[in-house]
Amino acid sequence: MTTPKNLYRQIKYDIAFRKLATGTGIFVIILVVAAFLTLVYESWPAIKAYGVKFLWNTTWDPVTLEFGALPFLVGTLITSFLALAISVPFALAGAIFLGELAPPQIANPVSFVIELLAGIPSVIYGLWALFYLVPLVRAFQMKIGAPPYGLGLFTASLVLAIMILPYALSVARDVISLVPQDLKEAAYGLGATRWETIRHVVLPYARSGILAGIVLALGRALGETMAVTMVIGNRSAMPQSIWDLANTMASVIANEFTEATEDLHLAALVEIGLLLFVITVIVNLIARIFIVKTKVR
Amino acid sequence: MTSIKNPIFRTEDLCAYYRDFMAIKHVTVSIPEKKVTAVMGPSGCGKTTFIRCLNRLHELTPGARITGKIYLRDKDILKMDPIVVRRKVGMVFQRPNPFPTMTIYENVLAGYKLLGIRLPKEVADRIVEDALRKAALWDEVKDVLHRRGTFLSGGQQQRLCIARALAVKPEVLLMDEPTSALDPKATLQIENLIVELKSTVTIVIVTHNMPQAGRISDYTAFFYLGELIEFGPTAEVFTNPKDPRTEEYLTGKFS
Amino acid sequence: MNNSYPARENWRRLKNRLILGTITVLALIPTVPLFLILFQLLHKGLSSLSLDFFLNLPAPPGEPGGGIANAIVGTIIIVGLATLIGVPISIMAGIYLSEYGKESKLAHAVRISADVLQGVPSIVIGIVAYAWVVRPMGHFSALSGSVALALMMIPVVVRTTEEVLRLVPDILREASLALGIPYWRTVLKVVLPTGMVGVTTGILIAVARIAGETAPLLFTAFGNQFMTFNPLEPMNALPLVIFNYATSPYEDWWQQAWGASIVLVFMVLALNIVSRLLARRIAGEK
Repeated sequence: MTTPKNLYRQIKYDIAFRKLATGTGIFVIILVVAAFLTLVYESWPAIKAYGVKFLWNTTWDPVTLEFGALPFLVGTLITSFLALAISVPFALAGAIFLGELAPPQIANPVSFVIELLAGIPSVIYGLWALFYLVPLVRAFQMKIGAPPYGLGLFTASLVLAIMILPYALSVARDVISLVPQDLKEAAYGLGATRWETIRHVVLPYARSGILAGIVLALGRALGETMAVTMVIGNRSAMPQSIWDLANTMASVIANEFTEATEDLHLAALVEIGLLLFVITVIVNLIARIFIVKTKVR
Repeated sequence: MTSIKNPIFRTEDLCAYYRDFMAIKHVTVSIPEKKVTAVMGPSGCGKTTFIRCLNRLHELTPGARITGKIYLRDKDILKMDPIVVRRKVGMVFQRPNPFPTMTIYENVLAGYKLLGIRLPKEVADRIVEDALRKAALWDEVKDVLHRRGTFLSGGQQQRLCIARALAVKPEVLLMDEPTSALDPKATLQIENLIVELKSTVTIVIVTHNMPQAGRISDYTAFFYLGELIEFGPTAEVFTNPKDPRTEEYLTGKFS
Repeated sequence: MNNSYPARENWRRLKNRLILGTITVLALIPTVPLFLILFQLLHKGLSSLSLDFFLNLPAPPGEPGGGIANAIVGTIIIVGLATLIGVPISIMAGIYLSEYGKESKLAHAVRISADVLQGVPSIVIGIVAYAWVVRPMGHFSALSGSVALALMMIPVVVRTTEEVLRLVPDILREASLALGIPYWRTVLKVVLPTGMVGVTTGILIAVARIAGETAPLLFTAFGNQFMTFNPLEPMNALPLVIFNYATSPYEDWWQQAWGASIVLVFMVLALNIVSRLLARRIAGEK
């Protein structure tokens, strides 16, 4: 039925397909390397002009063409870590509640809603924050006598906290649900209370995975753009207090990129993107190490 | 050892390796045409590896390689392309493995369809009916040809796999413990089928089951720790084994 | 010791209750803002929906009325184009990892690259697409936005494709190979179809994720007040409308930002729910 000729053609196709698949794999590597090199190339004028001083110069002035990234580094670090600090206790409690305390009839639908919330685009969180969170924060600021901008570092951190919560929570809950039932039963068998079992069996077992979830959430917070851009106030100076208007690395790029007319200004913005790239890659590789640890066990 | 005239398969000093482990050691044997040859021996003796060399599936395992020669009629299959070899040497596996995304009809034609060969409908219909009849499955499935093959019982699935292998008209059908996952009734059906099939195709069957080998095979090859210890007509090997290890196995000293 | 024993037990029991109670309260607090977001989104969003909103083009700044027809079309075109670019690359790379590369060093390098790419902030992806497409073309375009979104999609689909194909049992590959089918056809006609539901789920999840991305479109697709079907021109998209309108000084546009949000959320939710149902179907088949 089959002519050998057809078969020999198939053999050639077999080799070609293997090469195509391998080539596509290599292409994915090339994409990442090329993205990195593109950022280096595009920011080269700024790197050449400012050197490492770029990292700690606190002035960002497109008019005099003096560019330093420190205000944005500080803005990003403050908002991200503050968001993490607010979010993690709630996320952890939520994960324990859903994974260990709540009956499945409650846990399943709640988990479903939380995962849907994790899928809501960040620009919508930003919209909500702009119209509901900002007035609330402003009222609070007036009460305590802080400058009543409503916008600023604190508001940005709050939105970030709300946004990363579903994400951190679902990662932590997944890890907690992996803890073997027999380990928990062993603890109950020894007369441990529920909390003691959670504290001494569940949490230690899930530790690496929970840490991975926190680090991944941090990676997300560091690079989050839209929601932050909409509520942080966009002021390119060193923030002096938590109520100040500020900018993060991501938000300054979002705000100024299309308006940058000077090449050096554009290059400085790309260099901030490069820094952001490097920071998030490091953070994600750390998370990867934690995940590998979880899998090994 | 028994000499075979005009064998369909002939191996010369065949060795098969998994990395450094030698699973088949210097096997020289001739397999007769249009007969059923049973490959027997204790677990881990290399019997599955042996038949997987005959259609070059062995080398798919990472680190696996083959030395020596395997002639299919007069051609060394190690010098042919595996694709060509496998068209001539079909295989049925331990566990039934119909393609879950295909109907019964498509499963039988898989050897053509997967290769991108388009058949006129009459030809395709004929091949399907022919193969299913040979596999003694036609009467059971002729009304459900367009349902998924995975809905069938285990025994029916295995016969579907046999039909699939027969549909490309191979010269040899390798069977790797084809009944070990089946119930006794389905096993009996397959055994009867094998006996019927040998008029059209050479069968090499790995089996763990001594009575089965006795019932269906004409020749028996006995493997022990990767070596071919004994080969001959089944009746002879079973009643008058020449090697003490064969005798020990047949009398149940080890498995 | 004997006397303190019951006291100790009581304390343990009390502590158990106190801490579990605290955890429950902590777990319930964040549901308040999350519930508020959903409620306010529905409340504000639904009230701004009308047939005109879906069919009209944006009105000039400050004028009332107008709709988001061009943004809906734009989002579909930009995301569709990104899927066309991203999916073939991702599936081939996933096939490489699962069928050819396996545990090789090159395969690990590909996996790490995909992980790195997944972690790159979307705004940075936007810069890269700007440098790769906008700069050479000399102007903003839907295509550049699609390239950016495709870059975000690739890691997700690569990894799900790999995972799904690895779950396809080897006996099916062997069944096909034993019929004399070459490996490439075995992969495309047996392995991939067997895992297709899973791959589709992965694609839908990725599409849902990129459909709401705003940052990478800011300086690629850029936005457009008019209707266009030409991917080489700047194009509007729902997330861009939400951002631009929300930060505008016009009350009417704020209202429309909510309307666009609810449309976007429904699109994303629909994709998520379909992918979830598919995933459940796979789980049911096993």
